[in-house]
Amino acid sequence: MRHLLSSGDLTRDEATLILDTAAELARVSDRSVKKLPTLRGRTVVNLFYEDSTRTRTSFELAAKRLSADVINFSAKGSSVSKGESLKDTALTLQAMGADGVVIRHSASGAPHRLSHWVDGSVLNAGDGTHEHPTQALLDAFTMRSRMGRLEGLRVAVVGDITHSRVARSNVLLLTTLGAHVTLVAPPTLLPVSVHTWPCEVSYHLDDVLPKSDVAMMLRVQNERMHESYFPSVREYSRNYGLDAERLACMPPDAVVMHPGPMVRGVEVSAEVADSPRCTVTEQVANGVSVRMAVLYLLLGGS
Amino acid sequence: MRAHDNAKGGGGAPPPPAPEGYRTVLDGPEIDRALTRIAHEVLERTKGGRDVALLGIPSRGVPLARRLAERIERVEDLRVPVGSLDITMYRDDLRLAPARALGRTEIPDGGLDDHVVVLVDDVLFSGRTVRAALDALGDLGRPRAVQLAVLVDRGHRELPIRADYVGKNLPTSLREGVTVCLAENDGRDAVLLGPARDRARPGAERRPETEGAGS
Amino acid sequence: MPDTDRVYLISGARPLGGDPVDLLVADGRIADTGTGLAVPEGAETVDADGLIALPGLVDLHTHLREPGREDAETVATGSRAAAMGGYTAVHAMANTDPVADTAGVVEQVWRLGREAGYCDVYPVGAVTTGLAGANLAEIGAMADSAAGVRVFSDDGKCVSDALLMRRALEYVRAFDGVIAQHAQEPRLTEGAQMNEGCVSDRLGLPGWPAVAEEAIIARDCLLAQHVGSRLHVCHVSTRGSVDIIRWAKARGCDVTAEVTPHHLLLTDDLVEGYDPVYKVNPPLRTADDVRALREGLADGTIDIVATDHAPHPVEAKETEWSTAAMGMVGLETALAVVQETMVDTGLLTWAQVADRMSAAPARIGRVTGHGRALAPGEPANVVLYDPAAPVEADGAAMATKSSNTPFRGMTLPGRVRATFLRGVPTVLEGKIS
Repeated sequence: MRHLLSSGDLTRDEATLILDTAAELARVSDRSVKKLPTLRGRTVVNLFYEDSTRTRTSFELAAKRLSADVINFSAKGSSVSKGESLKDTALTLQAMGADGVVIRHSASGAPHRLSHWVDGSVLNAGDGTHEHPTQALLDAFTMRSRMGRLEGLRVAVVGDITHSRVARSNVLLLTTLGAHVTLVAPPTLLPVSVHTWPCEVSYHLDDVLPKSDVAMMLRVQNERMHESYFPSVREYSRNYGLDAERLACMPPDAVVMHPGPMVRGVEVSAEVADSPRCTVTEQVANGVSVRMAVLYLLLGGS
Repeated sequence: MRAHDNAKGGGGAPPPPAPEGYRTVLDGPEIDRALTRIAHEVLERTKGGRDVALLGIPSRGVPLARRLAERIERVEDLRVPVGSLDITMYRDDLRLAPARALGRTEIPDGGLDDHVVVLVDDVLFSGRTVRAALDALGDLGRPRAVQLAVLVDRGHRELPIRADYVGKNLPTSLREGVTVCLAENDGRDAVLLGPARDRARPGAERRPETEGAGS
Repeated sequence: MPDTDRVYLISGARPLGGDPVDLLVADGRIADTGTGLAVPEGAETVDADGLIALPGLVDLHTHLREPGREDAETVATGSRAAAMGGYTAVHAMANTDPVADTAGVVEQVWRLGREAGYCDVYPVGAVTTGLAGANLAEIGAMADSAAGVRVFSDDGKCVSDALLMRRALEYVRAFDGVIAQHAQEPRLTEGAQMNEGCVSDRLGLPGWPAVAEEAIIARDCLLAQHVGSRLHVCHVSTRGSVDIIRWAKARGCDVTAEVTPHHLLLTDDLVEGYDPVYKVNPPLRTADDVRALREGLADGTIDIVATDHAPHPVEAKETEWSTAAMGMVGLETALAVVQETMVDTGLLTWAQVADRMSAAPARIGRVTGHGRALAPGEPANVVLYDPAAPVEADGAAMATKSSNTPFRGMTLPGRVRATFLRGVPTVLEGKIS
């Protein structure tokens, strides 16, 4: 592995290695000295063109726990906001000797472009409506920790699939790891070619929940309503929101996941969000371990 | 390595022949005796084994540590905490090879503070693994003392490090490689001497995966 | 430029791919054809042994960028690129800055073309003022200007207002003009980045559905037939569009259509690496669409090949996909791509290539001096093409000012050896002369 651009690039062995490595590194968080010397002298740049404090902080903490030098290069307040092109920014980072660049960008494929312009490793921290591979990895990690396995696990991904990088990365990764994914959404929020994806598709949440070990609820943005993807938030919530009553239809050990930030009362009710079966905070904690694992595996070797 | 029905490597069936190009320098019973002797030496040096904790360095240091603990517990009526200490993230040669899979670090309940930690590894070679282990240990606690037990000391040190307990001192050339087989990992017990599989530089050798020739 | 009085004997060329003959070029015309023609005194012999001779190509769809984007292309550099591709006439699209929506701008472009002298430049006039899609531009004034505009197009934008399109179609009838429609339903393509399908869904790029093109073509064919006007459809890119045009022609609609070389060869899976060199409007489609386009061009449903040569400076392409400019250069590779996709596949003869790339576009654009037979007395607009000279496409080596060729790194089967514009070689031995 040189870059992590798409979860589709990972073989089953590579993905498993990342999860296993993350499992070991998770234990570092329990020690008094939460730091490893592994990436000492290496420079990791967080290049964030979109505001995302939680993802950036997670990567920053992961890199610092591995003793890397971390530079936060955000679009605001830098030459980027003065119209510098991605390529020129890449050449600047290259000149600074960045060993790894973590990039968040609103344009799908920006990390792919960047990988042609820098020698270091490029880590996709979310690109447009394309992918968010570390999110999928931390989701898989969370499922594996909670359910003890991924093989054969039935995962429902619910919400705006068309515009979700989390959904794309999860379908690819979970399929690679042997889980069965069912996408649940109104037809307007499903890609036209979704029937060619390696997963099931349903328009009816109530049909899918009883057969699901995991319900992954995606955020639904208000502007989708104004673009006529659905008539109203209320109608969306009624058909695709997860409340306690629906949660009760799931198998007793089933869990509810959300990549955050959650909109309580739309895709999940407050009661479900606060339930012990909701893994949101676990996902955040696991995010650091998974990102440490990815940083180590990309930057730790030759 | 071939699996062997006499998995514990003790007496009974005749030892299997060493593979082509290899020579057996320690067979199962000899390894057994060496470990028993080290167990006694640990008890002597630590005044009855009080506060001793054994930490095996993955992968083959871990079963060795467990075996040592069993033997100590057989002699003295006390429970010896055993754990494992993966040193991968502390290696000084990480950038010379693709990123490696991590081994397990398992610190015994009760921690390491104020314990006499005995690091256990299969082969002592350049000393770099032990150096890494000492660094790792420093991040995990503050032992009262740290000692080192190895099954084989093959020489060629690159750092001022020595073992407190040695199963066998084995003079080797850099063209040779030492392979440690343990029943737990390999189906049988043996220490084999054969051609070096890696470059003939101790620091460049990989950790045990194929060759039990750590440092 | 070389002097115009020179006499050339083109020896051993194969007109339209037929048997070798000699062509004598004098006074801007083809003076004689036949085998073993004597070399007149002072004549220069051009050895065309094994080369295909075609009438000089005519492009109905070129972006020369001047005025406004001289950093990407100028009339001079673009017409040199045209000559290198075997073209003797190009139609310069109206989406310049300022837009070619007045007699003044079209005359300026026309004059720049004359001054450059590498090929005849026929400005295309805008249909609506500023390409804004709201009010008709001064179409009549452009038609009556020195440029004599006959082709009108808002290319780059669709005349999406049905009533405005009807009026434009009707209005140009007065001087036998044609509306060349860029068929793209704007609401269905808001923010669209590439063909909508498996690849766009996987890459997370907003899709550009085929129906957005097809719906406009269907509407326009019905409109054109209703008002009895000529309609030309720019850069057809989908199977559905070919079907609709075939249907419209069958029911008597006076519609013509073009396909670009890149849509004859390339497919949307090239977008996988997010390299904007493959970003174009309309987008690259699927292999099935490519098949349909080739069939349509072969059976005459699609009348012509037009390049949609769209130069862009490096910085417009060396960027994220979604901010990159749409378009590809194509003048210098068009004939070779047509050979690869249509001739070498047995779908078209060289005579049919001459029709699709010279005679038919000249007819649609009402250009009289081009697209003629290679016969004595005709203007000596000739291209000599070597169909057995594989060459790797390289944007940097091209005459166009830009280098955004999607064929970069691909080996194309042949190359233009010489181009004559009214008896004057604009290209000789594969080089601008």
